[in-house]
Amino acid sequence: MTDRTELDPASQYQAPRNQWLDVWDQFKKHRGALIGALIFLFIMLGVFAGPLIYWQDPQYVPTGREFLKLRDMRPIYAVIWDSGAKVDWAHPLGTDNIGRDALARMMSGGQVSITVGLAAMALSLVLGTAIGVLAGYFRRLDGPLMRFTDLFLALPLLPLLLVAVLLFREPLKAGFGIEGGVFILIVTLIGVTSWMQTARIVRGDVLALKEREFVIAARSIGAPSRRIVMRHILPNVLSPIMVSATLGIASAIITESALSFLGFGFPPDFPTWGRLLFDSVDRMTLYPERVIWPGLAISVTVLSVNYIGDGLRDALDPRIRGR
Amino acid sequence: MLNFTIRRLLISIPTLLFISLTIFLLLELAPGDPMAQVPLTVPPEVKQQMREALGLGEPMHIRFFKWIVQFFWIEPLNLFDNLFGTSFAEGKLRVISWQTRSPVMDIVAQRLPQTLTVVGVAYIVAIIIAIPIGVYSAYRQYSFFDNAGTFITMVGFSVPPFFSGVLVIVIFSVWLGWFPSIYDTTHRVTDWDSFVYQLKQMIMPVMVLALQITSQISRFMRASMLDNLNQDYVRTARAKGLTENVVVLVHVLRNSMIPVVTVIALGIPGIFGGAIITEQVFKVNGIGQLLITAIQANDLPMVQTLTFIFAVLIVLFNLIADILYGILDPRIRYD
Repeated sequence: MTDRTELDPASQYQAPRNQWLDVWDQFKKHRGALIGALIFLFIMLGVFAGPLIYWQDPQYVPTGREFLKLRDMRPIYAVIWDSGAKVDWAHPLGTDNIGRDALARMMSGGQVSITVGLAAMALSLVLGTAIGVLAGYFRRLDGPLMRFTDLFLALPLLPLLLVAVLLFREPLKAGFGIEGGVFILIVTLIGVTSWMQTARIVRGDVLALKEREFVIAARSIGAPSRRIVMRHILPNVLSPIMVSATLGIASAIITESALSFLGFGFPPDFPTWGRLLFDSVDRMTLYPERVIWPGLAISVTVLSVNYIGDGLRDALDPRIRGR
Repeated sequence: MLNFTIRRLLISIPTLLFISLTIFLLLELAPGDPMAQVPLTVPPEVKQQMREALGLGEPMHIRFFKWIVQFFWIEPLNLFDNLFGTSFAEGKLRVISWQTRSPVMDIVAQRLPQTLTVVGVAYIVAIIIAIPIGVYSAYRQYSFFDNAGTFITMVGFSVPPFFSGVLVIVIFSVWLGWFPSIYDTTHRVTDWDSFVYQLKQMIMPVMVLALQITSQISRFMRASMLDNLNQDYVRTARAKGLTENVVVLVHVLRNSMIPVVTVIALGIPGIFGGAIITEQVFKVNGIGQLLITAIQANDLPMVQTLTFIFAVLIVLFNLIADILYGILDPRIRYD
């Protein structure tokens, strides 16, 4: 304390760095993650803001002569190798076999796909975090909850998902309308069947955190369990949760598309990318673009989300950060 | 080790019971009625009798018990009879499919070889490709090969099989015309030409399945190698003057294989699940396709049996993975 005057406060003092700034700095270093984040943002923008610029109605089915004129249009780039192709600048990606605009359908399909992914991820995250924290924090619950998790991990998920979709589709359709019913069903099913990994990771971290000094200090001043969990434990398990959140979006999108592809997902007039792919498979020899665009959209989205998850994992790990 | 194995075996029994109960209860809620196809002119009491003949009249717990007995006792007996020509199971009621009125297990036995050839070959191909990739990209971490490998495994992770399958069909059978797009399961290999045809029709499904599996295994292999490469025993081996080949391919590789072997075992049931989609894309009539048609036709016994077979596979390979880990790595034995 005696040599305080020697220090020039302006040169010594550094503004305390926010943890999230450090994370962002590390994240930026991961080139794949940065590109992935940009691409994901671009897809989100195209899908959700695109319809504001591109006014075609994805549901509009032309009739009469217009139908003959508009159906089965090829994408505009088809002219390059086939000068006689039926194209129109009004429909850049062409139209489907009943004349609906492909680009508009891709946008509305993407909205559903991404929303399903986000919602299912949120559900599985809430379930996984709750079960993980409960199992890690309360010793009495640990055994039963982890056995329960193991049992869920041993279930054959895809077959059960298919069966469950078939069983509950009709009652939910009656309750919430066709679109709402299927949406609720798919989101719930994916959420309920994908929380196990999160729960395991969170439990492991909570077990380690529970013995740390700051938690013991909080307990010794009489903080109730609820507050210890909310104030001290949850913020510290945020990083694994965030990583599994990003990876959860990717797997939810893939699961939803797989269900739609097998014909157990969304109805054709309320398509997702998976459903668009499924509907076009029969005619893919004549119109390969109808398969390639939705498939590409799914793959690129999932790839970018996976890269974001990868970068986030590195950025949130303090051992790697700063290297 | 024996103790551990027995304990592990005992744990899997309640797991299997829970899973069978889940599957059974889920299907109990099914709105589908096997009598829906029966003409309206059939009087209700006859319908009731038909229902009972299908075993639907009794309360739920009795049916569950009977199903368990059928699945775990009568069907294995039938298998035994078929293998050794005995007749222990004669006259016992087997699990009957509502679609075809023939025993479910017979149909499964017909379909299983198709799935097994495609899935099995894909798995082996994937392992053969994945391990060298993993080893090399860990050894030259952050090299061009490693970065390219990471990107390709990421792509293999992210491209769903229903898209990669459709894409290879468009490229290789529509544009190039090299391979048939539909897998012909009636094809028999008798001579060289038919063998070549069999190879041709297997290439695309195997490629699609193998891409996914390779991505997972090579990623794991790489991580496991990286963990081991910085260990002290590696430095010791180098200090002793062993050649680099011996250090990497004998010392490090053997230790890195321990977790990878378990991952390979754990992945097998998942591959059967993934094969459902691949079979649908390439029209292979294996058990995945059987499951889909059974679900659509409301054939409850078939769906129950198939789902349960998938569950048994998962539990079985979990068990195998655990025991393998115990054998390979003495540190984690619990006794």
